[in-house]
Amino acid sequence: MRNLMEACCQRCTHTPASPCSEYLLCRTEGPLCHESKECRQQRKAFIDEVTIPSDSPGRQIIVCGGTGCTSSGAANLVDLLNQEITAHNLGNSVQVKKTSCHGFCENGPILHIKPEGIFYTKVKPKDIQDIVLSHLVNQQVVKRLLYQDTAGNSYPYFQDIPFYAGQTRLLLRNCGQINPESLADYLAVGGYRSLVKVLQQMTPDEVIEEVQRSGLRGRGGAGFPTGRKWASARKAAGDVKYIICNADEGDPGAFMDRSLLEGDPHSVLEGMLIAGFAVGSTKGYIYCRAEYPLAIKRLKIAIHQAQQVGLLGSNIMGSGFQFDIALKEGAGAFVCGEGTALQASIEGLRGMPRVKPPRSTEKGLWEKPTVLNNVETLANIPVLIQTGTEAYRKLGTVKSPGTKIFALSGAVTNPGLVEIPMGQPLREIIFGIGGGIRDGKSFKAVQLGGPSGGCLTEQHLELPVDFDSLTTAGATIGSGGMVVMGEDTCMVDVARFFLAFTQAESCGKCTPCREGTKRMLEILERICQGKADLKDLGDLERLCRVVKNTSLCGLGQACPNPVLSTLQYFREEYLAHIVEKRCPAGVCSSLVRYSIAADRCRGCGLCLKNCPVGAIEGEKKQPHTITAERCIKCGVCLDKCKFGAVLRG
Amino acid sequence: MLSLDEKLEELLTKYQDTPGALIPVLQQAQEIYGYLSPELIRIISSRLRIPTSRTYGVATFYSQFHLKPRGRHIIKVCQGTACHVRGGSKLMEVLKNYLGAQPGETTEDLKFTLETVACLGACGLAPVVMINDQTVGQLTPEKVLQKITTCE
Repeated sequence: MRNLMEACCQRCTHTPASPCSEYLLCRTEGPLCHESKECRQQRKAFIDEVTIPSDSPGRQIIVCGGTGCTSSGAANLVDLLNQEITAHNLGNSVQVKKTSCHGFCENGPILHIKPEGIFYTKVKPKDIQDIVLSHLVNQQVVKRLLYQDTAGNSYPYFQDIPFYAGQTRLLLRNCGQINPESLADYLAVGGYRSLVKVLQQMTPDEVIEEVQRSGLRGRGGAGFPTGRKWASARKAAGDVKYIICNADEGDPGAFMDRSLLEGDPHSVLEGMLIAGFAVGSTKGYIYCRAEYPLAIKRLKIAIHQAQQVGLLGSNIMGSGFQFDIALKEGAGAFVCGEGTALQASIEGLRGMPRVKPPRSTEKGLWEKPTVLNNVETLANIPVLIQTGTEAYRKLGTVKSPGTKIFALSGAVTNPGLVEIPMGQPLREIIFGIGGGIRDGKSFKAVQLGGPSGGCLTEQHLELPVDFDSLTTAGATIGSGGMVVMGEDTCMVDVARFFLAFTQAESCGKCTPCREGTKRMLEILERICQGKADLKDLGDLERLCRVVKNTSLCGLGQACPNPVLSTLQYFREEYLAHIVEKRCPAGVCSSLVRYSIAADRCRGCGLCLKNCPVGAIEGEKKQPHTITAERCIKCGVCLDKCKFGAVLRG
Repeated sequence: MLSLDEKLEELLTKYQDTPGALIPVLQQAQEIYGYLSPELIRIISSRLRIPTSRTYGVATFYSQFHLKPRGRHIIKVCQGTACHVRGGSKLMEVLKNYLGAQPGETTEDLKFTLETVACLGACGLAPVVMINDQTVGQLTPEKVLQKITTCE
């Protein structure tokens, strides 16, 4: 037995071609078909290597290998650690392991030492020697690398950091803890147990009933009850049915699906397998956007591993259930996140939505009944099957049970991935877990639900975050993007930004969306340039209503939301741009001028040196000046000046 | 080593009877040649038995496909919300200025192509730019210029 997946001795007969029905359970609980102390010991040793129980003699150093930490330089740390560990002869007691994202990207690269649970942040190559010598050899925590909050408190343990302490990491439980490229790791932490339970103890109808009772709602944005979707696809006529995992996470500011796919791909496959069993489907597709190369790589590995041991194939675990999964890469079109457009794209066509009904559960991919679920929805399935409906419903609210992952970003102190039970107030997420607004600035708005959502303000901070409460306030939970904005954000510019996005991504099939978004964007651009009048504002509001009511698909129907919500809560900013030709936040570049106050300028030359376009002139120790025609308004001079001499207005 | 045309032949043979294979074929053909020339679109269409107009329709629909040659280094500026509120557009301004190219354009020496990309999902590190396959975060206008001047 070289790893957990292999046969322990000659008595094991499992092969993918003639599968043993107990194979999965036997990996972790076994051996089941014979008694052998040695075979049991071997299994325990492999499992302990993954889970590192508190009495473990060995240590594990986890290096975060997520996109964020990798871009902050985590890649070399593994090699450096291994070198230092060998140099100190610790090779037998310490293993270095690369996992996926911890969701705390800004503090990366992250190092997490188990079993003690010490959590190091912003680790540089030069710190490695210290960590090995001080922590591993001399058992002294390296204090300067611990996470520090803005008040200066240090937190040695992962679970005490406010960012993590406020979370309920149910779906993210394995992210950052296991090696996502190892099936054995997933099994060691209890993976595929739900599939075993479903195949051995439940009928398809019972699975659907369980999912319906759990109250699980689709996490892609619309919040449609998952169980009802499955039930109608099961009832639909036809012997060929499809399960599609929608991994075309396109909302700017949302990255929870990416993290799940990169961190725990097998949990998504397990969800798809259970969906396939319940609906009566033998073929699944994962449609993943091409902008997520790491997620695609990990999915390919996971699918291959599952096929190798017979978790995907013709007779899964000897149950007679047949299911296989193919991976389809998107080609860069936001509208393909819409179900019918996504199906057109899998069929090799332009990804354009079609009129509904018929619903996809009746006529979907290749005109066959199709269940289309989002990544996070599918990741919920193994959890709720394992814990049971009652326990699952204890989290969240009556109408929105379970947890939801949010991608917290923007002007917040701790941006990252946050998983919380549904129904928590916005304030708790932004100011509790998120640590409030960075650089001591004040809160202005939070944008929820991406280009389909809206902006909420201070007065909404006590609102519970669930599917229904936010809609009444003009926002939506969407797929879970939460971009926090501070005082220096221009809300008109934000509305223009989203409209520019939807206008570029409109597929062009229906007129209201194709033409409407263009005209709305033109008006918003005029407002930002100070060239609009009050009539434009009325036209904009009317266009919003028309596009909302008459567009073909969700992209068009929801695209006026960012405009409508900012108009509702920040009308005075629109008026400032239109009437006073002024951008109160100093963002809209046409309405902003940079200048240098001669009385404060010491002539140090720092702004001149840093100006990327050479727009600043002046002799040393003499007041400098900015040539307005050349200035691109990047603001570098303002950031660089130590004397407050650069003015924006 | 297979020549480019042999690689294309291998690809077309593999997919010519698979329904719905147009997008993966275009993706892999672009990987071989770097972009989709009119000639390449005609070859693919005839082998997959798809009207050239439809292939062209698909190639122009998705932002991933390029109908013109691209530079040796691809710089993609993230257009996500988080990057936007943390100064992503300033990065675009300095890059446009430095390269003398608009988004979607390639510099005359074929060294750089400047592009935009929809959210890269690295919002915790905003603002982010992708230089070739590397995601670079927490950038400022100066830092991004430093980064690209190191490109060969």
